[in-house]
Amino acid sequence: MHWDWQIFLSDDGGGRTYLEWMLQAWGWTLGVALAAWCVAVSVGALVGVMRTLRASPWINRLALAWVELFRNIPLLVQVFLWYFVLPKLWPAMQQFPSFWLVALALGLFTSARIAEQFRAGIESIKTGQTQAALALGMTRTQMYRYVLMPVALRVILPPLTSESMNLLKNSSIAFAVSVPELTMFAMQAQEETSRGVEIYLAVTLLYAVSAFAVNRAFAFVERRLRLPSSGTDAGVSAAKVAPLGLGH
Amino acid sequence: MLDLDLSFVTLELLRKFILQGFIFSVQLTVIASLGGLLIGTLLAIGRLSGIKTLVALSAFYVNTMRSIPLVMVILWFYLLIPLLTGHSIGVEFSAYFTFVAFEAAYFSEIMRAGISSVSPGQKNAALALGLTPTQSLQQVILPQAFRNMLPVIFTQTIVLFQDTSLVYAIGAYDLLKGFVTAGKIYGRPEEAYLLAAVIYFALSWAASFMVKRLERRIAIVR
Repeated sequence: MHWDWQIFLSDDGGGRTYLEWMLQAWGWTLGVALAAWCVAVSVGALVGVMRTLRASPWINRLALAWVELFRNIPLLVQVFLWYFVLPKLWPAMQQFPSFWLVALALGLFTSARIAEQFRAGIESIKTGQTQAALALGMTRTQMYRYVLMPVALRVILPPLTSESMNLLKNSSIAFAVSVPELTMFAMQAQEETSRGVEIYLAVTLLYAVSAFAVNRAFAFVERRLRLPSSGTDAGVSAAKVAPLGLGH
Repeated sequence: MLDLDLSFVTLELLRKFILQGFIFSVQLTVIASLGGLLIGTLLAIGRLSGIKTLVALSAFYVNTMRSIPLVMVILWFYLLIPLLTGHSIGVEFSAYFTFVAFEAAYFSEIMRAGISSVSPGQKNAALALGLTPTQSLQQVILPQAFRNMLPVIFTQTIVLFQDTSLVYAIGAYDLLKGFVTAGKIYGRPEEAYLLAAVIYFALSWAASFMVKRLERRIAIVR
């Protein structure tokens, strides 16, 4: 077989080259992923905190139900529910562009996974820290805000990195409801040009580059957030500080 | 407001539209997890072999697969198999090949962690007893690695079962497609999507509940 990279410079019939189309599609992919990421992290942190509130069993159960619900239905089925079923239930949603429906579906799907990471991160913190915070007269909210969350966030950065890369890859699901992102571009351009290998190679490369960029961005954040007192990670420093704080 | 009408769901509908898709989804899950586990174990052994080319090759394979969205991998195989072999093999077979190849990368990482979790003393003891390196791997290391990783392997299989719905991209007839088709024919798409969600949820939730029980039982034995 021979290569034909010229295909990217030819017109797609709508006044733009396939290269331009692909770059626009890349923008859609990054846009869906970013919007979904914001939903996933904020809802995930909230549900994760709710999972650690042992004193309020009903909040805890509600959060567990949230996690089980969004974790046990395939993402594609969830996207269909958001796109086809919920607008029937709540007609105002028919005005929502599919971009936001997919971002919500992908964001809430991922929020269940991120919630479990936050829960594990918070639970990994020694109880001495909690007791010290309460002994200092902090309220529960202050304890989460100033003691638990800052440490938990650092502890979960590595798994959060790979979940964010998963989210980026999962954004390819948006093709199913015709969001003009990279996978949709790949399918359509492949059909129009019959130069599938070149198209798929370029799209695959863009996905890999994006995932790598996410990885590097998190590595940067991890370096910036590293506590001066700690050797390699915040979990170690939490373990070191706790016995000193209360002497148990 | 949504007026749900489930009266179209009959035994005949299930037999006509859903059963075939369900069987395919289960077959795809079973074949992909067994095939993926087998190839993934070989990849993990290669990765840990210390032989430079083997280490580099398996690392390259695993990292490449893991950096591409599954939908793109499905499209790639569907495009490449006819291009390389000269004839089309159909969406169902294409899906089998794709999922075995894709899952192998993920199972390889699980087995790599499993093999590393067996203490080096076990290997030394096996060698001291006169077992060859191959025998020690087969009879001492791998059984323990497999056992340690059993809950993770099952959890990955549940994820895999949910991921099989992505064969939608090439139009294979799986469980989801069964519901979508039935919904279209009977003019009840909303109910069909909801039912699909309920079935997937029930199966995945029950399976993860069983994995949790298994995890507890293994933990007690140790």
